[in-house]
Amino acid sequence: MSGARLFGPAWLTEGVKEALLQALVALILAVPLIGLKTVQEPGGLGLQTRWPAVAIAVACVFVGRLLLVIARHVWPPRPKAAQSPVVAARIRRFVRLLGPAAIAFALLLPFLPFADRYVLDVSILVLTYVMLGWGLNIVVGLAGLLDLGYVAFYAVGAYSYALFAANFGLSFWACLPIAGALAATFGILLGFPVLRLRGDYLAIVTLGFGEMIRVILINWSSLTNGPRGISGIPRPDFFGVPFNPSPAPDASAFHTLFGIAYSPIQRVIFLYYLILVLALLTNLFTLRIRKLPVGRAWEALREDEIACRSLGINPTNTKLTAFAIGAMFAGFAGSFFATRQGFISPESFTFLESAIILAIVVLGGMGSQVGIVIAAIVLIGGPELVRELEEYRMLAFGGLMVLIMVWRPRGLLAFREPTIRLADFDRTARARSEPAATVP
Amino acid sequence: MPPFAPAARGGNEQPTALLKVEHLTMRFGGLVAVDDVSFEAPDAGITAIIGPNGAGKTTVFNCLTGFYKPSVGRLTLSHPRRGPLYLERMEGFRIPQVAGVARTFQNVRLFGGMSVLENLIVAQHNELMHASFFSLAGLLGLGRYRRAEAKAVERARYWLDRVGLTARADWDAANLPYGEQRRLEIARAMCSQPVLLCLDEPAAGLNPRESSDLNRLLIGIRDEQRIGILLIEHDMSVVMGISDKIVVLDHGRQIAEGEPRQVRADPAVIRAYLGEDEDEDLPPEVARDLARDGGGA
Repeated sequence: MSGARLFGPAWLTEGVKEALLQALVALILAVPLIGLKTVQEPGGLGLQTRWPAVAIAVACVFVGRLLLVIARHVWPPRPKAAQSPVVAARIRRFVRLLGPAAIAFALLLPFLPFADRYVLDVSILVLTYVMLGWGLNIVVGLAGLLDLGYVAFYAVGAYSYALFAANFGLSFWACLPIAGALAATFGILLGFPVLRLRGDYLAIVTLGFGEMIRVILINWSSLTNGPRGISGIPRPDFFGVPFNPSPAPDASAFHTLFGIAYSPIQRVIFLYYLILVLALLTNLFTLRIRKLPVGRAWEALREDEIACRSLGINPTNTKLTAFAIGAMFAGFAGSFFATRQGFISPESFTFLESAIILAIVVLGGMGSQVGIVIAAIVLIGGPELVRELEEYRMLAFGGLMVLIMVWRPRGLLAFREPTIRLADFDRTARARSEPAATVP
Repeated sequence: MPPFAPAARGGNEQPTALLKVEHLTMRFGGLVAVDDVSFEAPDAGITAIIGPNGAGKTTVFNCLTGFYKPSVGRLTLSHPRRGPLYLERMEGFRIPQVAGVARTFQNVRLFGGMSVLENLIVAQHNELMHASFFSLAGLLGLGRYRRAEAKAVERARYWLDRVGLTARADWDAANLPYGEQRRLEIARAMCSQPVLLCLDEPAAGLNPRESSDLNRLLIGIRDEQRIGILLIEHDMSVVMGISDKIVVLDHGRQIAEGEPRQVRADPAVIRAYLGEDEDEDLPPEVARDLARDGGGA
């Protein structure tokens, strides 16, 4: 290709070569994907070829790549440090402003004019995933244990609520701790065999565990009703007062209690606040435990297990608490899921769910609480936003994810705030000791 | 479980050493990495373990700190409060936790993504867990945990001052220069309040000024904290300058033990280090066999 030098500088030659290579790859991909189309013919299926479309696609790739090369040459990308202090400070300021604003918005959302049934339903879904993301973040983000079977604990929580409520008539609030405890027990059950595994191996075993739970739910028909699932799960009531359009004369219902007209949206609003409170509790717990010995031990374990052992930290207990607590929050979320849906079946707890929750954690930036909220909105709310695109919806969704990974490869808000700062500690210690010092 | 034997020791014995290593042997399959090593490390003294590369020094450390289970041997730590503890019977993480043996690593192992201060707080994990009822008190915001944490921060600050890292307290540990990472690792080990500090090549990669600072720090730790220090080191200025006692290993065997002066003059040590050719007069096939055996051991 020595003659290619004739038409431009070396970088352009390289760029053309690169673009040609990409175009070739695109051609290989496009021939079967775009070039061939099966059509119904009288005698059966027939093949229709669409070579012009292939040519357009390949040309697009070639020109696009070339433009990208030129753009890179004209505006060379700035080398960016992974966690430069400037970026870190900017993220910290952003998070400090965004956190309270997001909570205020979430609290007011049901009363905003555009909040109809559809918006609230999507918001409830997003909040469920926010809670799951925050729960999984304890295991993956803090303790660094890659868990691909998180949905199993979600399923345990959902089924324990469904079974306890349907068979023993326990209320949602009585079932919530049971579901959490059962899920935590399953977390420990999973934790024991995987104590010695790390990284990829851990991921494989947890993946298998998630599938096992689902297969058990399908096959243990006498308990779980198999693939038909459990229906008629009691809907939530307002601390004992049902949402009932026409209550018996001597019983009360939510709307009679408050003396307002009945509206089906009242139950949805209650569900919305329920999951909001549950999610915020998860967040509060995580923020607190990070500053406690257990939380710091989790993070230390993520950083270096051998150093942990050399400091007398019990790796077994530390890992098991991470699994158990992470699973507990999934159990709570599962209970909520069951009461909201009124119907659960093993179909709801496939590997795809685990993958989505993990994607939320990774996309948000490991360990970043606000990042997880944004990622949940993008991943769960995003497909709803682009619903008009119909069959191109998943394409847009995939493109969005690629863009995010290019733009912020370590997650949207990959920034870790230290759990304690010497400067802050001094300030609070002084503030606390000063009044004491004035006392004679 | 370690036997918590009575603190009273045999009457007619000499004062027991802090650490007593007897017949320590470590085999990996057919390879004997450490072969029948016995030595004592005194309380409030610096004991250096030296030897050429591959002599088995780090293996001795790994046996002492519970990363390996010794094939043969007894490792007795005479804990000042808990009496004699047999390290070879203890589970890995209990050795630092119960016996108070802290260590550093040849390749620095810090919690890189955590801040310098956090590294030192994590080192006090067990004390803080105890103070916070396994973190429950902290979760509920009880004052008991706040006080324990304040104490932990003060201890951390003391060691930060000692190693000159106070100004870097809120940095990520991974962002520190190499020499400071080494010092932080020592500070972290000291924050766990050990009775025996095991340092695996603390002077590796340090410039002469840094290694003389290190000497001062180690002497300070020995004299003020009155704890035993076990040291693996190649830097002879460190070893000869501060050791009270030196143990020399070569190919897993112990070839000398004694004060620096004695060890320096020991012909076996000189041979091990300078590789004096003792096979010159042997017939060539015998020399070849010797060389092969030596390489395999």
